[in-house]
Amino acid sequence: MSDTLSVSVHRGTSGARFDRFEVPRLPAQTVLDVVTWIQREADPTLAYRFACRVGMCGSCAMTVNGRPRWTCRTRVETAARDGRLTLEPLRNLPVVKDLVVDMAPFFAKWVKAEGVFTPRADLGADFAVVPPASPARAAADAAVECIGCGVCYSACDVVAWQPGYLGPAALNRSWTLVNDVRDGGQVARLAAVASDAGCHACHSHGSCTQHCPKALSPTASIAGLKRAVLRAALRGEA
Amino acid sequence: MSAARLFLLQRASAAVLAVAVLVHLATILLAVRGGLTAGEILGRTAGNLAWLAFYLLFVVAAAIHAPIGLRAILREWAGWRGRSCDVAMALFAALLLLLGLRAAWAVYAA
Ligand code: HEM
Ligand code: SF4
Ligand code: SF4
Ligand code: FES
Repeated sequence: MSDTLSVSVHRGTSGARFDRFEVPRLPAQTVLDVVTWIQREADPTLAYRFACRVGMCGSCAMTVNGRPRWTCRTRVETAARDGRLTLEPLRNLPVVKDLVVDMAPFFAKWVKAEGVFTPRADLGADFAVVPPASPARAAADAAVECIGCGVCYSACDVVAWQPGYLGPAALNRSWTLVNDVRDGGQVARLAAVASDAGCHACHSHGSCTQHCPKALSPTASIAGLKRAVLRAALRGEA
Repeated sequence: MSAARLFLLQRASAAVLAVAVLVHLATILLAVRGGLTAGEILGRTAGNLAWLAFYLLFVVAAAIHAPIGLRAILREWAGWRGRSCDVAMALFAALLLLLGLRAAWAVYAA
């Protein structure tokens, strides 16, 4: 381990200016530790975002040496084998400043994909019983641990090529609700995701799944949506 | 046409193409063994209803499959979306169908 790390950091909003910092190397240092050191010790005007530091909140994602990552759970040695780091904001979202992106368009697409729980009218007052081993619950379980970090959205080329595309995270969320037996908004949900800007825009090339820090598979969730939409279409409902 | 229908057509035509391309390749390999002449090809296809049916199916599948795929590429890489693109793709499908059917008929009726 060398004593310092050479870190190049995106500044401003243009994508043109990068500042270089020499950061002391420490054992078990995370990429977020590096950014925090820069802001505290070298340049207090650096803007970045984090909250939990333990991989729960999803706010610390950035592009690290060209790949989208959660920086609080990424060790420096994983991302910077040659002692160099280039830090940029997430791709596919408007840059606010330095390493901060505006997540509003990302979450607006969750709403657009009907990624919002809509209780069935006939649920009754008692708790709904959802057997953990039922296929629908298992499918929802496999996708439900999303922390909304936007890493998958940043990794998806289709989002870059087709800005209206709802993207992996919103569709993944939608898929968990398709499998929620308590939800009564399924017709509207399938209609919302069944379009050229929805699940049918995905080419299953798996970049989202490759990069998701929670090891989820939005690719599989989107394939599930395509099957659900197909079944609805064959019943004449889509 | 809805995205769900296009999706279904793309998968169904792909399934037909997968088999048809294999038959096509196998036929090429077997046919070329004895040298390849126009006469030989026509000898196999002329008046043969089974080959006519096969090529008709092949042509229809290709005429469905290629424009849907091309549409996806144009939408993404050229930003050509909306009705004009869909109409152009429908015309492209009609062109492929026309040319393909003409060829299939030609080798049958020769
Ligand atoms: C063996 C025969 C073939 C099979 C099994 C096959 C299968 C498929 C499948 C499953 C897709 C959907 C991919 C997606 O939606 O992401 C697809 C898309 C596509 N196919 Fe084919 N195909 C075959 C032949 C062809 C041929 C001969 C052409 C071109 C002339 C072609 C052009 C395309 C294009 C342009 C796409 C769109 C790519 C995309 O949307 O990702 N395919 N094909
Ligand atoms: S699998 Fe689909 S959603 Fe995931 S990166 Fe590829 S196109 Fe995007
Ligand atoms: S699916 Fe994974 S990468 Fe995408 S927002 Fe959720 S946790 Fe992040
Ligand atoms: S700071 Fe919360 S996930 Fe990284």
